[in-house]
Amino acid sequence: MQHATLPHPVPTPLSQPFWDGCRRRQITLQRCDDCGRFRFYPCEACPYCRSRDCTWTEIDARGTVYSWIIVRRSVDAVWQARAPYIAGIIELDIQKGLLIPAIVIDCPVDSVRAGMPVEVTFEQTDASTVVPRWRPVS
Amino acid sequence: MNPKPMAAIAGIGWTEYSRKSGRTVEALALEACWNAINDAGLDAADIDGLVSYSLGDSVTTAVIATDLALPQLNHFADFAAGGNMACGAVLQAAMAVATGQASHVLVYRALNGASGVRYGGAEFSRLLAEHGVHSDSEPQFLDTAGITMPAQHFALLCRRHMIKHGTTNRDLAAVAMTCRQHAIDNPRAMMRKPMTESDYDKSPWIAEPFHVVDCCLQSDGACALLITSPERARDLAKPPVSILAGILGASPSNRGAMWGNFSPDHAECYGRYLGDRLFRQAGIERADLSFAQIYDCFTYSVIGQMEGFGLIEPGEAGDFFRSGHGSIGGRLPINTAGGLLSEAYIHGLNHVVEATSQLRGEAGKRQIRDAELGLVTAGGATSTGSALILGR
Repeated sequence: MQHATLPHPVPTPLSQPFWDGCRRRQITLQRCDDCGRFRFYPCEACPYCRSRDCTWTEIDARGTVYSWIIVRRSVDAVWQARAPYIAGIIELDIQKGLLIPAIVIDCPVDSVRAGMPVEVTFEQTDASTVVPRWRPVS
Repeated sequence: MNPKPMAAIAGIGWTEYSRKSGRTVEALALEACWNAINDAGLDAADIDGLVSYSLGDSVTTAVIATDLALPQLNHFADFAAGGNMACGAVLQAAMAVATGQASHVLVYRALNGASGVRYGGAEFSRLLAEHGVHSDSEPQFLDTAGITMPAQHFALLCRRHMIKHGTTNRDLAAVAMTCRQHAIDNPRAMMRKPMTESDYDKSPWIAEPFHVVDCCLQSDGACALLITSPERARDLAKPPVSILAGILGASPSNRGAMWGNFSPDHAECYGRYLGDRLFRQAGIERADLSFAQIYDCFTYSVIGQMEGFGLIEPGEAGDFFRSGHGSIGGRLPINTAGGLLSEAYIHGLNHVVEATSQLRGEAGKRQIRDAELGLVTAGGATSTGSALILGR
């Protein structure tokens, strides 16, 4: 496998807690201290109520396939080596409209469907990097 | 009644569109600018404003101002932006003219998009990040999820549309084939071989549901437009084309660049929020349009924007194109030069050039009879974009 050469996330102070959470095998998202809503991507303010106060919170990372593609040809050698693969967007169960980009694994590429239930799993791509993957709920 | 136009297009210019120009971007930009100046019957010394947009793959307005030895530059803008700025750049020039900032403004886009920096590749994420189009928080999540190429981003939007509205690859094929049919009669176009549905099906999958032919071309070339006041334009060499209305905007909460992660639906198009204002400002109805040039970085983008701007109902696009409504001679001809899919990818500015040619009656074999009003859009049917309504 080409794990060693997969892209590393380059965390910023804003996103570091997400990646720290991945190393604990947890999806951790910002939750607004004022309106209680989760958000993703990480933002310095709540896009729903403008509050700048939030708490990083571990979630029950289950969701459904909101959109997906089958990557069959990539100009990026490291991803071409994995092709075909399913890249998608997951809508998380904890909040309607809460979307996160994803790779869906453990699923034949032609059998992915809209609304398919998925849960998080994690892949260690190098010594210090753990990234989320999503797999069908069995 | 139409309101007074805010400005006019008095000159257009372009270079050859190719896969390997063998020239600098500076040379391409300059040739297109000179062609626009000459087309208007002006002198370089008349130019006092310059507007362009790029993601670091072009030359700045300072370079062109120097190459044209401009006596004075009264207004310039170099936008770090993608194709969503194509109409916005023209709008910027029109606003500069309308507010007295400058009298004759050149808008150009130049790139070696095939032989130099290619937008279609994995470099795209880096370009967005380095030029501040993405905030610093987004690329890390996309790159690690294997979403690195524009085709992948837009295929995700397209799939969402398929889920919601039952759109199929047959519908995408109808868009691709219509654009190709128009390119056949365009001497500038890079792709002039007819495309059948079987050609479409045989094109390799790249990011399913997209075949390679669902994606726009990559091109070397440049085009330019000369913007001035409506009064001044009447005295120049060519029939003026009026800029009746423009928008440059976004859906709410459009952070996320390639999709509105905080929008009510991630496949929602900016046109849904801004379209009504655009038509109201122009003082026209959608049915008044003679044609529309719809930004077509991908086949799906045409569908998403036609719906967003209210030209068709959701899910109608396939039938619209298969029935010939989008063809020259149809109810609303779309992308009459072949678009970014079949003419060239000059980052959308070539759509404004074609609209101008049509309204002047200079479009040759692809001329729409009595073309009076045209819509041009710029944006891939994401949450951000720009658009113009032009009139004869």
